[in-house]
Amino acid sequence: MNVANHAGAITAVLLALAAAGVPLARAARGPFIFYLLSALVAVAAAASGAFALWKGGISVVSLPIGLAETGVSLRLDALSATFIVIVNVAIALSSLYALGYGREEKEPARVLPFYALFVLGMNLVLVADDAFSFLVAWEFMSLSSWALVVVKHREEENRRAGALYLVMAFIGALALIFAFGLMAAGGGNYLFDAMRGHALAPIEAAVVLLLAIVGAGSKSGLVPLHAWLPPAHAAAPSHVSALMSGVMTKVAVYGFIRIVFDLMGAPAPWWAMIVLALAGITTVLGVLYAMMQHDLKRLLAYHTVENIGIIYIGLGLALAFKAHGFTRAAALAATAAIFHVFNHSVFKSLLFFGAGAVQNASGTRDLEDLGGLIHRMPLTAFTFLVGCVAISALPPLNGFVSEWLTFQAILQSPDLPEWGLKFLVPAVGALLALSAALAAACFVKAFGITFLGRPRTRAAREAEETDRFSLAAMFVLAALCFAAGTFSGVFIDALAPAVGQIAGERLPVQLSQPWLTLVPVAEGRSSYNGLLVLLFITFNGFFTAFVIHALASKKVRRGPAWDCGFPDPSPATQYTASSFAQPIRRVFGTLVFRARDTVEMPPPGSMRAARFDAGIHDLIWDALYAPAIGSVAHAAEKLNRLQFLTIRRYLSLVFLALILLLLVFALWL
Amino acid sequence: MAVIQDLAIQAAQMGLVLALAPLVTGFVRKVKARLMRRRGPPLLQPYRELMRLLGKEAVLAENASWLFRAVPYIVFAITWVAAALVPTFARGLVFSWSADLIAIIALLGSARFFQALAGLDVGTSFGGIGSSREVMIASLAEPAMLMVVFTLALVAGSTQLSTIAAFMASNEVGLRVSLGLALIALIMVAIAENARIPVDNPATHLELTMVHEAMVLEYSGRHLALIDLAAQLKLVLYASLIGCVFVPWGLATPAAGPEIYAYGVAAYVAKLLVIGFLLAAFEMSIAKMRVFRVPEFLGGALMLGLLAALLLFVSRSL
Repeated sequence: MNVANHAGAITAVLLALAAAGVPLARAARGPFIFYLLSALVAVAAAASGAFALWKGGISVVSLPIGLAETGVSLRLDALSATFIVIVNVAIALSSLYALGYGREEKEPARVLPFYALFVLGMNLVLVADDAFSFLVAWEFMSLSSWALVVVKHREEENRRAGALYLVMAFIGALALIFAFGLMAAGGGNYLFDAMRGHALAPIEAAVVLLLAIVGAGSKSGLVPLHAWLPPAHAAAPSHVSALMSGVMTKVAVYGFIRIVFDLMGAPAPWWAMIVLALAGITTVLGVLYAMMQHDLKRLLAYHTVENIGIIYIGLGLALAFKAHGFTRAAALAATAAIFHVFNHSVFKSLLFFGAGAVQNASGTRDLEDLGGLIHRMPLTAFTFLVGCVAISALPPLNGFVSEWLTFQAILQSPDLPEWGLKFLVPAVGALLALSAALAAACFVKAFGITFLGRPRTRAAREAEETDRFSLAAMFVLAALCFAAGTFSGVFIDALAPAVGQIAGERLPVQLSQPWLTLVPVAEGRSSYNGLLVLLFITFNGFFTAFVIHALASKKVRRGPAWDCGFPDPSPATQYTASSFAQPIRRVFGTLVFRARDTVEMPPPGSMRAARFDAGIHDLIWDALYAPAIGSVAHAAEKLNRLQFLTIRRYLSLVFLALILLLLVFALWL
Repeated sequence: MAVIQDLAIQAAQMGLVLALAPLVTGFVRKVKARLMRRRGPPLLQPYRELMRLLGKEAVLAENASWLFRAVPYIVFAITWVAAALVPTFARGLVFSWSADLIAIIALLGSARFFQALAGLDVGTSFGGIGSSREVMIASLAEPAMLMVVFTLALVAGSTQLSTIAAFMASNEVGLRVSLGLALIALIMVAIAENARIPVDNPATHLELTMVHEAMVLEYSGRHLALIDLAAQLKLVLYASLIGCVFVPWGLATPAAGPEIYAYGVAAYVAKLLVIGFLLAAFEMSIAKMRVFRVPEFLGGALMLGLLAALLLFVSRSL
């Protein structure tokens, strides 16, 4: 399909939907029709992307609108087509989810128009082929998602989240403008084609890389630029949270890949070092932050930070291999990264949908108020469990496959000649292993405290199963988790064109392997077959159940819980999210968060209750954000005096400014 | 014909690990008792316990969910699959390529994930304490184990356990510092993963000293039997893993004659007995440590594993 038709149709329909959003929000069935149409648009866009991917080739078009000399250039190549499919599958399912979930929305007029614009912005970023249209689409995406973050603007917390998000989005966009400016200065034009044709000097490349990390990295949540992400993703309505966490971060990853792998030219090894170091820290810090949360959506948002770190580890390895011409290994690392992009968009959307269903059913997303929902919401619980297993990188689901590929890529790296990389890569491998284990711990907590145990509040006791549209969306995503985990070869082959584009070589075709086994490097080195493992486990489980039920006892008696003989009827005696996290807080948190537990006992004889305080500090916030905010506030305070001057002083200020400008001008020329 | 033979050998391995698992546990208990100058229970006692549990009705807490009932089967099935993929008496089994060592470790992670969830299901404080400590221990043991896997994979050039075992039995290996460090780390991880002293005490039912036992406290009858059997399988799995990597002799090669297989089985049983004896002797010589000393123990294992991998990144011959 032609890129002009693709982008034109999407733009026209989504703009019309955005315009119709407000009137539709007033109508009784309006939101339903709106989300149905946006789901159809997304399905069509995904189909068009898949068709382009299948057909191969590059479609380029240049439209005579926008900036003079630059115009608007669009391009649909394998990389954009792959991301179009990934992004629009998640958008379609999120719209399907919203068919049911959207009914609970109190003010749909605040959501619908921006939802359409948000979807439009993300889709246009993926086809932009010049800096101007890229940035316009990028800002569309940022601003419309900001409007969605502050939908519930009456809550102080959401307003703060929105303000922080806006500031960070502007800083990121500013960095991208400078990055494109530097690249355009060499190429002489803001067209991506001109930038591709021009090699950057090392110092320019360094600055562009840093700006790309600030611009695209902050949007995708790389530590230490992640601070806006969890509050913003948690504040938005759940289907939007799913889009922001599952999809918008991936669009940012696309932006990073486009700039670093495509526009900047041949990579240097030290690029990889910067990316790998940041990515390794991001994975572990993301999961440790998540472990400390007891707000379900914030917890999920911090896991997005972790998974973005995993994706960037793959990208960093791909850069390192590519810099040395190990294209096969680069292809392996890039496959791992892009497959994780897909996997994360699937299970993160699923988990956010589940969190939204829980929030609708119980009115809260605080883990400490939930519990026992598996009895009230069995279907939601099942799909959420699938998502938990997938995101914890446990076989036989999909999260494991992409992490397995990342590990295989790490095992390719001892041949890299740089000493820096030789020390960095195993350390990053250890951090990745640590984060995988911690993620499993965190999702035991998230699922266990929310869905298992006894209900901690009345709301949790009376929760109702969610609607059938939401369930349909969640079941489709859960099925995708199974499919990508067992038929991984199909998915990896589908990614091959995009991988070939960014790494310079593809992985061997996986579907030609017997029994759908994954053999990324060579026979005898490593192989994994998710389908066989799943079949094996299922067969063993049913075989065991059959044998035991046939030969041994199958009697069941219900009785009170045993609990070593002292069961306590109060649900408050259960483990809470905080108490579950306490051992890990103590082991890792004392270092990373300066966590301190203090117990204050009343004096002997006093009837006062003892007091327990668990304090943690966000060191990155304290070290980076708080001083920046403080200095801005301080400067504003000082500059405020300028507002209360006499007219004489204003005139002399104007005069001084004029002199200064003239001096600069004279010295410059 | 060859396919049927391959499948039969794979099935024989699955049956063998399952049949031997309670025996190994019984053997360790017996040796420990003898070292304490007690008579100890008979070797076959674990089998009797399993049979007794299987025959009893299962008592479920009133609010136990379907997950609670499914978990014993899931945990057992996953552990059994993982144990079936580690070479015991022969390498190059027909399904050995379906999961490499990383996947085997991750499979054990899946089993633990479900086990820890079941600990939270009834909503008792014991289940919670067991689960939360189990995941804390796992959060250090798993990365340490993966570092060991990295080391082995870099030495042998493969993550396939059969290939690693074949390489370790060949003359190319030689004496390497990294393998020594990896062996120590692997043993430390194996002790932690199997809830042995000094990390956890399999014999205790004192509230604050137990991790694994607290997590499965609500189970009874056939469910408890499956969970116990899965734990015994896990012990055999780690023993087979150490055996096939660090004592790789006696493993039958693919498509060998029956006498080679018989020799392989004999060698395997001998390895299990030696490892079981060493485990019992080690457990006798050391006291259980406090829960918050465990991270230091496992952090040590993680550092050793990382050091071993780093050495290999520095030079492939170390």
